[in-house]
Amino acid sequence: MAIDTKIASEAKEAKKKEMILFLSNSEEREHFLSKKNRKLLSDPLNDNNPITVQVLGICSALAITVQLEPAIVMAMAVTAVLAFSNMIVSLIRNLIPNRIRIIVQLVIVASLVILVDQILKAYAYDVSKQLSVFVGLIITNCIVMGRLEAFALGNGVYKSFLDGIGNAAGYGIILIIVAFFRELLGSGKLFGFEVLGHKAAVAAESTGLYAFGYENNGLMLLSPMALIVVGIIIWVQRSRNRILIEQNN
Amino acid sequence: MEETPVNKTNTNGYTFMFAIIMVVVVASVLAFTATTLQPIQNENVRQEKMQNILATVGIETERSEAEELYNKYIIETVALQEDGSVAEGTDAFTVDLAKELKRPVDEQIYPLYIANVEGAKYYIIPLRGKGLWDAIFGYVSLKDDVNTIKGAVFDHKGETPGLGGEITQMWFKQSFADEKIFDGDGNLIGVSVVKGNTDPSNKDDNKVDAISGATITGNGVSDMISERLLHYLPYFKTQTEIKVAIQ
Repeated sequence: MAIDTKIASEAKEAKKKEMILFLSNSEEREHFLSKKNRKLLSDPLNDNNPITVQVLGICSALAITVQLEPAIVMAMAVTAVLAFSNMIVSLIRNLIPNRIRIIVQLVIVASLVILVDQILKAYAYDVSKQLSVFVGLIITNCIVMGRLEAFALGNGVYKSFLDGIGNAAGYGIILIIVAFFRELLGSGKLFGFEVLGHKAAVAAESTGLYAFGYENNGLMLLSPMALIVVGIIIWVQRSRNRILIEQNN
Repeated sequence: MEETPVNKTNTNGYTFMFAIIMVVVVASVLAFTATTLQPIQNENVRQEKMQNILATVGIETERSEAEELYNKYIIETVALQEDGSVAEGTDAFTVDLAKELKRPVDEQIYPLYIANVEGAKYYIIPLRGKGLWDAIFGYVSLKDDVNTIKGAVFDHKGETPGLGGEITQMWFKQSFADEKIFDGDGNLIGVSVVKGNTDPSNKDDNKVDAISGATITGNGVSDMISERLLHYLPYFKTQTEIKVAIQ
């Protein structure tokens, strides 16, 4: 008898859970920025960085990090796509037919990417030209699909949103660091401003560092250097964060 | 009891319904955004076109100021026909070269922009041709002797970055300045992009230096310039005020 009531109450509880489909149970009680939720944001920045630890999304990290501005816009675009696709998928996660769930995810990601692309073309035309195909290629960014499959399908809306923001930030910060070094060392500029002085055609007219015979490193503008900079970031990160080092016996 | 909702989402009927609803919702959202943003996007493209036209005559401007400066410096736009006569009722600015190029040569419209920058008159000719992978396009401006190039801008749709894509670079565009489009005998041959143009300072040889690794794109640029300019020859001949270097 006691067991029966227990089962009955459990079933009732389960039904209640179903009814509040959109909010996971734990979320109701948790503080908005509880330790767990903060971890969702901070983990991808360091311990579980999509680029330096999971080595995802490398393609775009090479392609659009020649200058800071497109890198920042790209980071913002990925943030918007990742956060909203995570939210939407999490919102309808119990409605998505399992057999076509990858297609559903792709459709959601693809339409968000098109939205971002259209908005950029309307309000940030020059940057959208620089980013060209790479905005469209966010669809194929493994980070987005990876987070949808690994997180959004099994977690609540708010948590998924945080996870999206966190992972996009982890991606964006690496993009911005790489772009900073590539623009600074490759063309001596930051955001298009000549921070290292002006290099004139006639050596005598050059100012700043160029007056002392400094030369830009053209290699920094080519994609391989992005890979090397990412490699250096991984090296620095692992030397500071020992848990990331794999144990080889 | 808990199995029911899981099973429901696995039936064929549900899957089809879900897919249909999803497609309709997504399509309407995207169609709505595209239609709402279309005017702003077209405006950007228009301003960029003006910006490019101005750039060939040495006026570098922000996109937002392009329209004002365009109205100030471009004194006339003409839509020409193959025989050099003006096609009445056609706005040269709205002519889409990509579409024109698909039509037979004698039916095409050839837009021409005439600029007046501080007393100097320039003829600006839109270009479009084939690169290695896709279309290349741009503008070239001629001084009023219709022989010397004032400036050129190029852009491309899908050339290889770092190789063919370099045609958008300043140094490449600048190498066209002051080049002649007629050879010594008065034949219109355009400007060739050639390997080993050992003397870039020789502006009378109708040649500019090519980009390493971009031979096909470079040839595309040469062909585009000579092919397009040729169609404007009849018009230039009819302009008596022009001291044409043609024999």
